[in-house]
Amino acid sequence: MSKATHYFSVSQITSYIKELFEIDFVLQDLWIEGEVSNYSRSAAGHVYFTLKDEAASIRCVMWRSLAERQTYLPSNGDSIVAHGRISIYEVQGTYQLYVDALQPAGLGILYLQFEALKKRLEAEGLFAPERKRPLPPFPRCLGVVTSPTGAAIRDILHVLGRRYPLVEVILSPALVQGDKAPLQIVAAIEALNQHTDAEAIIVARGGGSLEELWAFNDERVARAIYSSRLPVISGVGHETDFTIADFVADVRAPTPSAAAEIAVPDQGELRGTLHLRRNRLVALMGRQITERRRALEPQARALNRLSPQAKIASHRQRIDELTRAASASLAHQLALQREQLRGHLLRLQSLSPFATLDRGYSLTRQLRTGEIVRSVAQVAVGDRIETQVSDGKFESLIHETKTAGA
Amino acid sequence: MNEVENLSFEEAFKELEDTVHRLEGGGLTLDESIALFERGMRLAGHCGQKLDEAELKVSQLVPSDEGNYKTIPFEEEDTL
Repeated sequence: MSKATHYFSVSQITSYIKELFEIDFVLQDLWIEGEVSNYSRSAAGHVYFTLKDEAASIRCVMWRSLAERQTYLPSNGDSIVAHGRISIYEVQGTYQLYVDALQPAGLGILYLQFEALKKRLEAEGLFAPERKRPLPPFPRCLGVVTSPTGAAIRDILHVLGRRYPLVEVILSPALVQGDKAPLQIVAAIEALNQHTDAEAIIVARGGGSLEELWAFNDERVARAIYSSRLPVISGVGHETDFTIADFVADVRAPTPSAAAEIAVPDQGELRGTLHLRRNRLVALMGRQITERRRALEPQARALNRLSPQAKIASHRQRIDELTRAASASLAHQLALQREQLRGHLLRLQSLSPFATLDRGYSLTRQLRTGEIVRSVAQVAVGDRIETQVSDGKFESLIHETKTAGA
Repeated sequence: MNEVENLSFEEAFKELEDTVHRLEGGGLTLDESIALFERGMRLAGHCGQKLDEAELKVSQLVPSDEGNYKTIPFEEEDTL
């Protein structure tokens, strides 16, 4: 039997092994995926279980203070991912996982990274409610960080055009998925801050898988949003998707369309408000005038009593009556005169020589001169004369003249 | 005071709110009230007109030389 070079008590060697575990940084910060069995909770509230796979198992403990912060605690048979450190439980000489966080395994490692980054940035104050900045109520210019070919920009432009076409939109294009996406998003946010008149920024991407949305869980993107001078509205994925960008943004919208709706006022509502303001102005002005008129009323009545208006009115009435009487008498006079005129006309007609023709007399004129023939001396043989009777005229040629008594 | 026609929508809308507020406050002469009323009506008309005439302008930010940027018109691609 060779001579032992190392000689320990049980406690000493256990301490030694424990130290070996604790200087190994893999064992001090790791995720383990496995199935839960032997789950129990002690009277003190600590959680104990075993994680196992096909070939191995490991004891796990989660202290009450940490377990109480979990929204999820597993049951036997669950597949989970647990985070923590591995150390030695000296009393039993076993090693075990001291769990500080655990999640259902289906969520995968991305989810756990997400939770870890979220915790870190939250502790740093990047999500603090007091640093959320207000959005401009009537932005003249909006920046949009998204892909120029995606559904997000189409949706955003559609909503902005419908709600508030007064706004000017500057698209700062960026890839929104893949390895290059985070740096492009960061550059696009910075470019809008430094080179445009944008008053707020929408950072958006349409729906996709957790992996496709991953750029918005990137720490660089989170810090770019945090550093942005302009307030940022995030609109990433669908209603149920939450990204780190959403937590840092000044306002989180559930979708790109919703981000556009939050960014601008609605012209329908604005028109409604304008209508109300107009009505209010008219009502206020009307009230002012009514009030002033009411204040004037007593004076107006007093003035009315003293005014010559009443006298003038009574004179005017008298004049009216006189005018009416005068015009009536004038009409009477006219009728009378018209009657007299008719009498004269009738008499004149009876004296007319034409009336005599009716009774069988005729009228003879020299055809040449038109003079009325009253005497034989006025005509000579060979003269033409014209004789008018009641219904016409005829011409004659004189072939003999006789003087009466000759 | 600026000519109503030269005000942006935002300026006109804000001034309209102020105008209504001042008229509500009272303590004005009739002339002042009428002047405010007339300006308020013009402001409301101007806001409505701005909305009627507005058309969404969209441009795209692209890098030009050495860390500078310029804007070019953005044409939506018909990818559907």
